[in-house]
Amino acid sequence: MRIISTEILIWILLLPLMGALFSYAVGKWRQGLCGWLATGAAAATFGVVVGTVLYLPSGATLEQQLYTWVALDTLSVSFTLRFDRLTAVMALVVSGVGTLIHLYAIGYMAEDPGRPRFFSYFNLFLFSMLLLVLGGNLLVLFAGWEGVGLCSYLLIGFWYDHLPNAAAGRKAFVVNRIGDTGFLAGLFLLLHYFGTLDIALLESVFSGDAGLLNLIAACFFLGATGKSAQIPLFVWLPDAMAGPTPVSALIHAATMVTAGVYLMARLHFVFSAAPALMLLIVIIALVTALIAALIALMQNDIKKVLAYSTISQLGFMFMAAGVGAYGAAIFHLVTHSFFKAGLFLAAGSVIHGTKNEQDMRRLGGLRKYMPWTFAVYLISAVAISGIYPLAGYYSKHAIMEALAHSEQYGVLDLPEIFSTMAAVVACLTAFYITRSLMLTFCGTYRGEGVVHESPLVMLLPIGVLALLAVSGGIWLERVLPLYLGDPWPQPSGPTGEVSFFSALLHSWPGILGMLGGYLCYSWCSGWPAKICCALPPLSRLIEGKFFIDEIYAAVIVRPLEASARALWKFVDRGLIDGSLNGLAWSAGMCGETLRRVHTGKINHYALFIFAAAVLITVFGCGR
Amino acid sequence: MFDIFAVLPWLKSHLLSGLIFFPALGCVAMLCPVFGHCTNPCGRRARRFSFLLSLVPLVIGALLFWQFDPQIGGLQFEERTTWIASFGISYHLGVDGISLFLVLLTAVLIPLVIVNSAAIGASTRGYMACLFFLQMAVFGTLLAQDLLLFYVFWELMLVPLFLMIGLWGGKRRIYATVKFVLYTLAGSLLMQAALFYAVWSYYAQSGEVSFALSDLMHLKLTFREESWLFLAFALAFGIKVPIVPLHTWLPDAHVEAPTGGSVILAGVLLKMGIYGFFRFGFPLFPRAALEYAPYLAALGVVGVVYGALMAWAQTDIKRLVAYSSVSHLGYCVLGLSALSVMAAGGVIFLMVSHGLATGALFLIVGVLYERRHTREISEYGGLAAKMPVFAFCFAVATLASIALPLSSGFIGEFLTLAGSFERFPVLTITALLGVALGAVYMLTLYKRVMFGELDQEKNGKLEDLHLRETAALVPLVVLIFWLGLFPQPLLERTEVSLRQYCSQIMARAAYLSGFRSSGHGEAL
Repeated sequence: MRIISTEILIWILLLPLMGALFSYAVGKWRQGLCGWLATGAAAATFGVVVGTVLYLPSGATLEQQLYTWVALDTLSVSFTLRFDRLTAVMALVVSGVGTLIHLYAIGYMAEDPGRPRFFSYFNLFLFSMLLLVLGGNLLVLFAGWEGVGLCSYLLIGFWYDHLPNAAAGRKAFVVNRIGDTGFLAGLFLLLHYFGTLDIALLESVFSGDAGLLNLIAACFFLGATGKSAQIPLFVWLPDAMAGPTPVSALIHAATMVTAGVYLMARLHFVFSAAPALMLLIVIIALVTALIAALIALMQNDIKKVLAYSTISQLGFMFMAAGVGAYGAAIFHLVTHSFFKAGLFLAAGSVIHGTKNEQDMRRLGGLRKYMPWTFAVYLISAVAISGIYPLAGYYSKHAIMEALAHSEQYGVLDLPEIFSTMAAVVACLTAFYITRSLMLTFCGTYRGEGVVHESPLVMLLPIGVLALLAVSGGIWLERVLPLYLGDPWPQPSGPTGEVSFFSALLHSWPGILGMLGGYLCYSWCSGWPAKICCALPPLSRLIEGKFFIDEIYAAVIVRPLEASARALWKFVDRGLIDGSLNGLAWSAGMCGETLRRVHTGKINHYALFIFAAAVLITVFGCGR
Repeated sequence: MFDIFAVLPWLKSHLLSGLIFFPALGCVAMLCPVFGHCTNPCGRRARRFSFLLSLVPLVIGALLFWQFDPQIGGLQFEERTTWIASFGISYHLGVDGISLFLVLLTAVLIPLVIVNSAAIGASTRGYMACLFFLQMAVFGTLLAQDLLLFYVFWELMLVPLFLMIGLWGGKRRIYATVKFVLYTLAGSLLMQAALFYAVWSYYAQSGEVSFALSDLMHLKLTFREESWLFLAFALAFGIKVPIVPLHTWLPDAHVEAPTGGSVILAGVLLKMGIYGFFRFGFPLFPRAALEYAPYLAALGVVGVVYGALMAWAQTDIKRLVAYSSVSHLGYCVLGLSALSVMAAGGVIFLMVSHGLATGALFLIVGVLYERRHTREISEYGGLAAKMPVFAFCFAVATLASIALPLSSGFIGEFLTLAGSFERFPVLTITALLGVALGAVYMLTLYKRVMFGELDQEKNGKLEDLHLRETAALVPLVVLIFWLGLFPQPLLERTEVSLRQYCSQIMARAAYLSGFRSSGHGEAL
């Protein structure tokens, strides 16, 4: 690996940071400007990233060492930014999709008085996310990692006067924080055993006994489950939909939540050295994908459907990473950012056009009123279902291939089990997304008021995203494996040479799911209810989201809170303070009692003297 | 670089005395009846005068910072005069990498407190006198290299805080002061007894009386003696820190103290306990310290988790912040016990960062209290819309408190935990619980105070930060970010001192262990 030092990388960070500062300052002065300023900063960042990518020579890494951040004793952390091909892909997605969503947000947030704050946070998010992908040192990466968490917190609770929004933000932060303790523990372990946190250096010295390596990988995976909403820490993402829809699209679909996948790809040498953990990751990812897809089947809030869908798709990425196909994971990350951002922004367009209606039971028939939005949603839905030749087909197929070629484990035919389950999830994906499509855009409008199509400033970005969702797979499939190259290769799957029909055949789960969804919500609209009635326990379980929030509340949150209160009441106030005050009180009482002896009456004193004399005589002589 | 000491050579040898002298001067001036006629009822003149005077220690502190040589591990800017010759007591001051930043923290916090103490009103002069007296005592405690001198300043620290809480405090101020003073005094008296025992042993060994730290460091004690003395010192310092379960004076004192008192108490006074361990507890009794370090570390971790849980259970903002201090100081105890350069450096950084963040938090509570005269969390809600600047400052202090990267709290916490991990891996991982819980209680507080609807009628009229309050909070916010981004100026000034400190303790402990095994120690 060739390292070329450069001065350009800092601008990738400075532009959005300055954007954050200026859009707030200017926004206070002239509200209309802040959105354009922030979008300009995002676009400029994208420009610099593109320039850097074009400049990046093959097989080389650009590096910029800013300064020594923390150095004490054996620890030395320099503020290093690195730009290799993995970073290039991530930075392109973050700044590219980010710019589109910024543009969209100008329209979406047009009437919100808090715009300066919104765009400032939005730019700050870009800064943090780019810091995350540029960080060449794990501590710098962690700074970005926490920074995106902070922005997510601030933006989920953007409309903070409504308390549930603020609560959702706090939940997101706290759940992420639990994952971050794992990240921190991993950092301590790395520092203790390898003495450095520089990723490139670590890669060259990383070895040790299996237990330790599994432990280190497990620590970082815990961090990844928090950020990327996998079991057991996925509960925050559905609540995060309380934020404005552009936030859901950018942070909670396209970029931030994929940070865990990026972390696995970046630390591929750590994870590949922990085969036992990798198996666990695949299993967790499969179960997460399945559970989330099942829950998405019965959600009525269009954004919640998409949120669970995101969890499920992230599960796909982790499956791929778990079998070592980091390239396929990144591929799906990229295509997912296209079609999921498209879906979210189309949903946002619906919410915008119907004056904040998110409940699909009060939507419907919007195809007539919002044809462009409908078109984008349809294209993105077909893409996410994995139907040839749209983007989702290629990346999902790459993951399926990777699963099918994964290693056997004892007598279990794991590849077979994995790919079957993944196919089932893919089928469910197509079904729930078609359901949301049908409920929102087909039939008749069940809500009230006038519906209008969104303005051009919103339609333009989603149009671009739809184009990417259509074509992204075709060209990325040719470009990406070659581009990413060695550490993040893609498994050799069917390339562009496959015939049209066999490709269609390979997209059977998607076609089946979409067909089922179409039938269930058009001709045979009584079926879903009948199925629910036929399986009451299962449908209640799914409708209740497997009661995971309730279980966490009952098993962890409430006992902990109750024990905090009990400790406060009984130990702090009761035991410690009680015994101290008791001590003080008893000292006071002793004094009070002894004070009574001093009566001031001469005959009492004479009695005491006499008694003392008797006692002394008795005991003195007795000896 | 311009070398001011070349121009004014006497300055270098009297710089530290200046740190003690100017606050003392301020105290006297404030109490002086001559100044009586020039104070107006709202105390503005007294406040202005005090503010200007409090800038002198800040300037001296800045001078110390620039002129401090990071390559020297030992004391710098030393001053030594015999005080009571027959008892070997001297006025010996010095500063090294361990104490330098606590000195600076104190010098920074006092002017900010003065700026922000408009609510005191007519009795401002007395209040300022207390603040100056406190500053003097803190500087003395940090700089003293003679145990008696240290002890005098250590006890003097109690007086002004006693007065501040007792005179300017809340409803239960008498209970709080008595509890605070008795608690602290109980510990200090034990320390005094231990101190005299150590001096007496030194006399028995060398035939001369000395209270000098540098002499007493060569004391040879049996392990049992060392253990008892260490425990006595540890009790005094542990109460000050405070280490759970000796902490219950702190929430009461904080809740009742006026804003300025709370800022100094949390910002500076608690750290005196940790500093005491650094300067005296560990170096004087290295064997016992090493022996008991795991227990101390365990208590620290208990403090981290317990303090966090307690903070979560509170309904009073100030009490919550007070318990968060218990939790944060728990990290310091853990790092202190690890006795590695990284952990110790982390502890010093964390102390400074905690002083800035918690100082800011107490100022913030003070802002709310002055407007609404209540500290109940449930009385607030939805303030963010009304007070945007306040919301920003509160958010920064909160984030520093939960140690978000690029704020100062992160560097301190990370170094402390990473350094402790090498010695106490299990305890350190347990302490990470506190990291998660910290986010819970701080964000819950922020949510309940700042977010939601503005449903209380009285909150509708709240004003955003006044100029004076902004002026007090902005420097803290800037420092929090500055130290988070550029911790190196601090770390590089502590590193050599800490390296020397750690190796010295290890070497002494090893030497004393060898000494005991050869049998000489028992003969003492």
